[in-house]
Amino acid sequence: MTFIAKPRVTHPSLPQNALGLTRRAYEGALSTLCAGCGHDSITAAIVEACWRRSIEPQNLVKLSGIGCSSKTTAYFVSGAHGFNAVHGRMPSIAMGANAANRRLTYIGISGDGDTLSIGLGQFCHAVRRNVDMLYMIENNGVYGLTKGQFSASADVGTRAKKGETNLQPPIDPVLLALDLGATFVARGFSGDKHQLVPLIEAGLKHRGFALIDVLSPCVTFNDHEGSTKSYAYTREHYEPAVLADFVPSEAPITVDYGVGEAREVTLHDGSRIVLRKIDSDYDPTDRAAAAAAVQARMSSGEYLTGLIYVDAGEERPDFHQVNATPEEPLNALPYEQLSPGSAGLRKVLARYR
Amino acid sequence: MCIFRQPSNIVDATDTSHPDYYHRVVDCQWACPAHTDVPEYIRLIAQGRLTEAYLVNRESNVFPGILGRVCDRPCEPACRRGRVEDKPVAICRLKRVAADHHEDIATRLPKIPKVKNGKRIACIGAGCASLTVANDLLPLGYEVTMFERYSVPGGLMRSNIPAFRLPESVLDEEIGMILGMGVDLRLGTCIESLRALLEDGRFDAVFVGSGAPKGKELRLPGREEAAANVHIGISWLESVAFGHIGHIGERVLIIGVGNTAMDCCRTSLRLGARQVKVMARKPRGFFKASPWELEDAEEEHVEILVNRAPKAFVVQNGRLAGMRFDCMEYELDARGRILSERVTGEEFLPADDVILAIGQENAFPWIERDLGIEFDKWDVPVVDARTFQSTRAGVFFGGDAAFGPKNIIWAVEHGHQAAISIHRHCQGEPLGERLPAGVTLSSRKMGMHEWSYANDYAPIERRLMPHVSLKERFKKLNIEVELGFTAEQAAEEAQRCLNCDVQTVFAAKLCIECDACIDICPVDCLTITGNGAEAQLRTRLKAPAQNPAQPLYVSVALPQTGRVMVKDEDLCVHCGLCAERCPTAAWDMQKSHIHWPHAADEARVLEARKPKIA
Repeated sequence: MTFIAKPRVTHPSLPQNALGLTRRAYEGALSTLCAGCGHDSITAAIVEACWRRSIEPQNLVKLSGIGCSSKTTAYFVSGAHGFNAVHGRMPSIAMGANAANRRLTYIGISGDGDTLSIGLGQFCHAVRRNVDMLYMIENNGVYGLTKGQFSASADVGTRAKKGETNLQPPIDPVLLALDLGATFVARGFSGDKHQLVPLIEAGLKHRGFALIDVLSPCVTFNDHEGSTKSYAYTREHYEPAVLADFVPSEAPITVDYGVGEAREVTLHDGSRIVLRKIDSDYDPTDRAAAAAAVQARMSSGEYLTGLIYVDAGEERPDFHQVNATPEEPLNALPYEQLSPGSAGLRKVLARYR
Repeated sequence: MCIFRQPSNIVDATDTSHPDYYHRVVDCQWACPAHTDVPEYIRLIAQGRLTEAYLVNRESNVFPGILGRVCDRPCEPACRRGRVEDKPVAICRLKRVAADHHEDIATRLPKIPKVKNGKRIACIGAGCASLTVANDLLPLGYEVTMFERYSVPGGLMRSNIPAFRLPESVLDEEIGMILGMGVDLRLGTCIESLRALLEDGRFDAVFVGSGAPKGKELRLPGREEAAANVHIGISWLESVAFGHIGHIGERVLIIGVGNTAMDCCRTSLRLGARQVKVMARKPRGFFKASPWELEDAEEEHVEILVNRAPKAFVVQNGRLAGMRFDCMEYELDARGRILSERVTGEEFLPADDVILAIGQENAFPWIERDLGIEFDKWDVPVVDARTFQSTRAGVFFGGDAAFGPKNIIWAVEHGHQAAISIHRHCQGEPLGERLPAGVTLSSRKMGMHEWSYANDYAPIERRLMPHVSLKERFKKLNIEVELGFTAEQAAEEAQRCLNCDVQTVFAAKLCIECDACIDICPVDCLTITGNGAEAQLRTRLKAPAQNPAQPLYVSVALPQTGRVMVKDEDLCVHCGLCAERCPTAAWDMQKSHIHWPHAADEARVLEARKPKIA
């Protein structure tokens, strides 16, 4: 970590977004993570994506659980709403907040411990329910805050800093999410913002549950030789399947792609994701094929990255449709609508007699 | 000199071992003709070590008290703070703080050997260039004889800069330090013939530092008839300085709008003028005066009239009555250059006195033209720009005498370089094979999160220089207008310095490309990207690199991906966060010390080369 605050001084010709804000307006508090932590790069990618999407800080909700990853919500968009939940319980809070106000943009930040160990049940149900949020896992394969024990995402055969070898199979959040019917599944790498930023932009705009699992090396406990989640190892073994460019709805169509080279997925607000395939056989809208490809790469020790699966037709109902949540935020509804009144209460109670 | 090779497809890794690379990053030091170590002395001021700050200054610019008041400050327009924010650090006035409050430095000046080296040097003129030569050569055992036509030393510093800008006591102190080293000063001695001096044979080398003492004339109708009330600026200032002139008419016109014009108009106000107008031929953008000198004159209600071209002196009843001007109109292009001009009318302005301040020249009626000293077509001597030697071996020129009117700080550097040449000449060494500049780096890391320099960015604005009130300052000719910074102001202003000499030094082989430095950099000057041609590389940076005058640092290929680390030096605030955030110490903050050799360094190296007899 560092004790020197980032000075307020900026590059004098920093570009502004549609709200007239520079990227610096989307920063947060001083990071207290280790210098070189992958999580800080992800924070910077989120700052960039929120700035590019011109998200109004007061319309963003940042949620997290416990862990190194979960500290990072403090480090971006200081003008947003924030909630630090109990370990592994962030999805419940996200769901509740979502039910109360569907107009806000929700971003949940979690880690491999918070999501795949203590919070695995919560995570699975949030995927299943298709909660309208962007859920990011800052995945480093170790418990950094407790000094580097293997986490549930540690690969078989990876070595800890102290020398032990991991023998238990990992839980892969991407495969899990595909299996549970997630409508937007992506994997990124903290060291590749070129790939990560458009994924975050698209994830923020996706309706329903969007998962981005980000390989984020732990510079202190998992960046040594023998680790399968070090900077060097990840660079050698991450394989982009598709390049996703996010095209906002207001942007004119300017890029011509050759037939078969790219395909577009239109999101509910009219913005588009242009998918440029690296492997021409890969189809990111075919759930079964995507899962198979991820598994095939994994067995040869590689991580497939990019936008791995997206529900092109958005046919699965999201949390709001299933639960018929009100369009208006609860805090904007008149009292009469929010409260059934004593007559209404009697009617409700009568149903249980 | 070009230190960047630019092949067509990719940029070669920057060679930071070249002494100019890190020197260039310290914009102020690079812009200073004498390469004063500005950030170092500002740091010393911030620590309250004013005597040390003074000595750092004196090493390169010799006259900190004088220059702290009247330097043309090429450092300030270059200052990085002026690019990051609006206004540069008040470098010049901080220099004055050190000069105003330093303790006695007599024991810390170079020792003068009792046993001389047997070489005698003649300096013609006792101005800043000659004094610098003496300052550099006396400690090496030379005997220096200095000839000065006036009865006081100081040259144009004394005769042409009004006392309300540069008090006599400051001149006396700093000139005295050098004279005290043992200069054989011959006042009131005008050299009438260089031949006589050379044939005398007493001197091993002659340094001509006689300045540019001839003011330019304006030949217009009526000039002769009005002669009694038309003055040549620099001669007039000289007469005021020496007490020969003590009065001027109520209405004064100053022709020309350079720094001499500013001194003339402000001096006029102190000698009885009520209405002073400075007449400029061209629009404001073309003024030669420094912005701060214009500002100070306008504060005293001097009116500057633009687009008036002098046409004639008007004489009535045998006395100057005023001047006629053509009113001009200029068509400018987008970059502000004049495309065409036309006269739109004529104007008469009444005046009791006119002062001509349209430039000055050097004049050498005392140098015979058959001495082997070549003169060019403008009748100025041909002088080597590096060695300052004329075409006759052993005769050197410096200051305004060498390349025409410049500034004190230029004359000082000429003096330093000429001193090196004189030393090499007297030791029988080729003049051209001088010591090259050098650079040493030393880390400022003290421990975890500890750096031995103040690296927090102080978001304060430039402090304003307090002035004597308009009512008070005209009471006497020699009331210094600027009061100097208070201790508080100096402390605050010193914090505005960005410590550009504490360099960001990158070791590519240690980099794991985690992006930590890029994410934390407050001014977005770092990028990791694929290599490419420089112009193309500039378009791919995290923030636009729009200042091509500032170099890009490009690393060798990084170990993991083969990409390169690129740093746009333009706006780096040297906060050190890249080094603070770097997990592998690939970035480090290292203080660069630029070695800009002086005669003493040459002497040391030449001495070390001599065979030792055991």
